[in-house]
Amino acid sequence: MNLESFLLMRYEIGLLAVILLLIVFEIFLNKKHKGSLIDIAIVLFTIHTIIGFLPLADGSIFGGMFKTNALLHFFKSTLNVGVLILLLQSADWLKEKVVQQNKSTEFFILLFSSLLGMYYMISSGDFLMFYIGLELATLPVAALVAYETFKQDSAEAGVKFILSSALASGTALLGVSFLYATTGTIYFDAMAEVLTMSNLSILGFIFFFSGLAFKISLVPFHFWTADVYEGAPISIASFLSVISKGAAVIILMIILFTVMKPLMPVWIKVIYMVSIATMFLGNIFALRQKNMKRFLAYSSIAQAGFILLGFLSNDQLGYTTIIYFVAIYIFSNLGAFGVVQAISLATGKENMDDYEGLYRTNPKLSLVMMLALFSLAGIPPLAGFFGKFFLYTAAASQGYYLLVFIAVVNATISLYYYLLVIRAMFLRKNENAIPFFKSQPYMRLGLLLASIGILVIGMYSPIYEYIYSISNSFLN
Amino acid sequence: MIEGISIYEILTLSSIVFFVGVYGFFTRENLITVLMSIELILNASALNFVIINTYLYPDFLQGAVFSIFIIAMAAAETALAIAIIINLYKLVASVEVKDTEKLKY
Repeated sequence: MNLESFLLMRYEIGLLAVILLLIVFEIFLNKKHKGSLIDIAIVLFTIHTIIGFLPLADGSIFGGMFKTNALLHFFKSTLNVGVLILLLQSADWLKEKVVQQNKSTEFFILLFSSLLGMYYMISSGDFLMFYIGLELATLPVAALVAYETFKQDSAEAGVKFILSSALASGTALLGVSFLYATTGTIYFDAMAEVLTMSNLSILGFIFFFSGLAFKISLVPFHFWTADVYEGAPISIASFLSVISKGAAVIILMIILFTVMKPLMPVWIKVIYMVSIATMFLGNIFALRQKNMKRFLAYSSIAQAGFILLGFLSNDQLGYTTIIYFVAIYIFSNLGAFGVVQAISLATGKENMDDYEGLYRTNPKLSLVMMLALFSLAGIPPLAGFFGKFFLYTAAASQGYYLLVFIAVVNATISLYYYLLVIRAMFLRKNENAIPFFKSQPYMRLGLLLASIGILVIGMYSPIYEYIYSISNSFLN
Repeated sequence: MIEGISIYEILTLSSIVFFVGVYGFFTRENLITVLMSIELILNASALNFVIINTYLYPDFLQGAVFSIFIIAMAAAETALAIAIIINLYKLVASVEVKDTEKLKY
């Protein structure tokens, strides 16, 4: 093993260096200057993100346990940009609420550890690495969900999250053990060669899928989502709905299309059913929500149902649409959560009724929120429309017209409740509207980056073409 | 390999342990016992790995190594869950599910 093969883990090594540097700063920085750690963390992570864009070779190390390719590089960079926007949006919350309790460094260390786990999870080449990555991605987030230790909501959400995610990983492990029983190996490549359709392997797949479905919050494994999002700090709810879900979708895609390819006739049916159930349940429950965090939680469940449409098409188009939609979804949801975060930080209000008349007092925030919600709903000039359109194309190209019809019906239902928020902001008049406030520079930059992402990914077609050109690379 | 005991009996045992854990997870009222149920689920998976390794594929140790990692991860998970439950106990002075539940729709 030489330096070049180590450098295949450049993302992981870089992030680990950031974490270690933060620990050093935490130890040696004077107590009065603890606030500046937030700036240091953001600068370090920006450098890490920029380094991530440099080209990197493909390859595998540790005997095939760790694999890397162009698609994973692209996706890791997307995750980096998402986390960077999230850090910018949560910097003010950290400065106002967390620094006084002297635990802002832990926030960054836990968040970056979770991201490190996601890196390892999506580049894993066998189920052991996958499991360790999954746990490393989950456990720090559980600590972060329960981060506001003086609030009962936060602690309760933390308990719910850790218990249900432990159940999920236990279930997934039982599934992996059945797959191991049928094939005698835990390596992805070796398993793909010998896996055949049998009752035991189908049972293993079902258990494994239900474990991952917890992470993506697909129906019927979505029960924790709304409660955890409501109780957690807003930046963590955003992290869960955006970064964590995106990484889980990618590894699900890689495992289904490579390792479990022999079981394809079975998992196509499962995905079909789960997709319909997820879209309907997410949308119908989102209709009756008054709290913005719960509302976005159910909307993100419904979006996960849409992502599953891309799994039905086993060709380059299918892979591309999944990745493209996940990238768009990351930016749109970050925009929406960012506005909720800004308003909650300035006024402490989180209900939809409080947003009435927001356009008159805070026009810029309302515009960002409108962009994000229109993109989530799929209104034409914005990125979300193209994402949904390509997903429909992918599913229709395989002849699933009924499913595409159901998805369009659901997109219409979702448009209704997104418009409820927009109507409250733009058309309703309210004497007690949220007064005008000016966000801090970090927050404004975060919202600006999210809005640029929403606009650019949709209109600048080379991004789609680039994803199309690399989307095959995970198959080798 | 254990004399006189086939793989079917042990796999039946581990399946029973797993579903006892799932049943406990959904019906128990106390958070600590819910956590114990999760331990049962994880241990059933670890047992499965060891048994499949010993009986079916004794040449390589993949399953045994996997089970060691499961035990380590389960310990980390339990430690974190206990920490969060203790924090919840400080706030509401109870670990019963019905007393702690505030977030509902």
